[in-house]
Amino acid sequence: MADEDFGDRFQICPQVSHGKEENVNIVACVKQVPDSEAQIKVKPDGSGIEEGGIKWVMNPYDEFGLEEALRLKEKNGGEVTIVSVGPQRAMETIRTALAMGADKGIHICDPAFDGADAYVTASALAAAIKAVPFDIVFCGQRAIDDDSAQVGAVLAELLGIPQVTVVTKFEFTDGAVKVIRPIEGAQLLIECPLPCVVTAQKGLNEPRYASLPGIMKAKKKPVEVKDSAVLGVSVVSNAKVARFVPPPARAAGKIICGDGTPEGKAAELARLLREEAKVI
Amino acid sequence: MAKGVWIVAEQRDGAFRKISFELASTARKLADQLGEEVCAVLCGSGIEGIAGQLGKYGVDKVYAADDPALEPYTTDAHAAAVAKVVKENDPAILLLGASTQGKDLSGRLVGKLATGLATDCTDVKIVDGKLLAVRPMYAGKCFGEITISSFPQMATLRPNVFPAVENAKAGTVVKFDPALAAGQLKTKILEVQKDTGGKVDLTEANIIISGGRGMKGPENYVILEELAAVLGATVGASRAAVDAGWRSQRDQVGQTGKVVSPNLYIACGISGAIQHLAGMSSSKFIVAINKDAEAPIFAKADYGIVDDLFKVVPELTKECKKLLA
Repeated sequence: MADEDFGDRFQICPQVSHGKEENVNIVACVKQVPDSEAQIKVKPDGSGIEEGGIKWVMNPYDEFGLEEALRLKEKNGGEVTIVSVGPQRAMETIRTALAMGADKGIHICDPAFDGADAYVTASALAAAIKAVPFDIVFCGQRAIDDDSAQVGAVLAELLGIPQVTVVTKFEFTDGAVKVIRPIEGAQLLIECPLPCVVTAQKGLNEPRYASLPGIMKAKKKPVEVKDSAVLGVSVVSNAKVARFVPPPARAAGKIICGDGTPEGKAAELARLLREEAKVI
Repeated sequence: MAKGVWIVAEQRDGAFRKISFELASTARKLADQLGEEVCAVLCGSGIEGIAGQLGKYGVDKVYAADDPALEPYTTDAHAAAVAKVVKENDPAILLLGASTQGKDLSGRLVGKLATGLATDCTDVKIVDGKLLAVRPMYAGKCFGEITISSFPQMATLRPNVFPAVENAKAGTVVKFDPALAAGQLKTKILEVQKDTGGKVDLTEANIIISGGRGMKGPENYVILEELAAVLGATVGASRAAVDAGWRSQRDQVGQTGKVVSPNLYIACGISGAIQHLAGMSSSKFIVAINKDAEAPIFAKADYGIVDDLFKVVPELTKECKKLLA
């Protein structure tokens, strides 16, 4: 299937394969985050958010990265290693990734990483990843909790390899990665050699669900647990959330009734936008 | 001692992006409080002619690197150039745009400079001589006040939130050599495909008209396009509309789409799932048009119309055309 914008210059899944590529060593970084439907409440002292009642899931952008990792493994052969920084509950997310088809996991679990900034998180990921063979590292373009969108790029720098971020299409042929990256008002077709970090954007693929046999198999797959001492990394964050605050409240709005007809309401709205809000 | 408020200016094809002036004006405000200078880093090819424009928005000095390898933007080339000049000059604060380019570059710089960064800020101020950056987290369901104990204290600013204010300063241009080695540049831009129709990106739009499940089908978006044409707006969509295949993923506003802050956001047939509200609640003015009076979107709206959008929107287009004629 050719891409709708780039035509056959970006062939997705070419039918005619030029022989099986070499095995690829793939790493997929995943983070456990509150579900996107979760209500977020700030603790009264502003030190964090209330975690009670939150449903924890794999960061959706990491799911896109993981799905691409699994497809690449299925096409080329190789292994997918999951790496995650998080508290004990993050093990559920690693197991989910293994159930989807990843081969093994590394759980970076240390209370010292609570509230870690992007540099510290990426340092821990880099230290763990350096201990396994890697050609391509997939991350989500951002996590939907802190929304910092930094870890993939910091990780690439610490590993000393190039990055392609926020990609909506991915292809691996002839030893190089080709991606499509949307920017404001345009899309870029970018080529990048291995090894590299790729951060995934929505639109890249439709992540699979874990199958029942997958869930059974995942229980037996190896997960190593490492702390900051084993990894030999600093846990001192330079960027800190000094205080969490609720979003600014919006004043109650106005329901426009006009003369009760759709025409009257529309006319009243247009007038208010022009004269009161002064936005048109 | 680290000193000065720096920005990384952003240009494409020899023209500044609007965010560059928003960055310059914000940096000016912070620098005046600190009694320090505003410096800009500008990278590109053939950019000497435009470098001086930054002075108009309060920049004292522009460090310009002019090199064919800096055009178009690639992470490798720009990160190397910016990191070099920043390390040589040791600024206290470094601001970038939370644009696609700024987000790509700022993360890489955090790695190179081993410092801290507050992403996508909606407010920045000086408290006790240090930067305090305010940013939405959990897609705006709460906010964080960020402090950074290393230098430079980095922040990216959300486009369209900070005003660009003219405040003429010298804008002296100082050329610097980015010292790019061919072996450093790993990624290659093979092709740039410009969006047709020349519509403004959602993250940069002044007015957004979004349609949700209530649009009932892709063919009905034409009424939003017609209103958008009259208002010079960009059309967005909710996740429901995108997941149904009615609109491109690039049009999605929300927690797993784009986070936007236009002057005016008109939500049509959008109930206002928390996922969607998270992506648009920093809009300055919100209008909701929905036939369900109980829809949560009305709690966020400055103006609401409870009625059939298929009747209201075409009338609104007519009225706006009259007003703007």
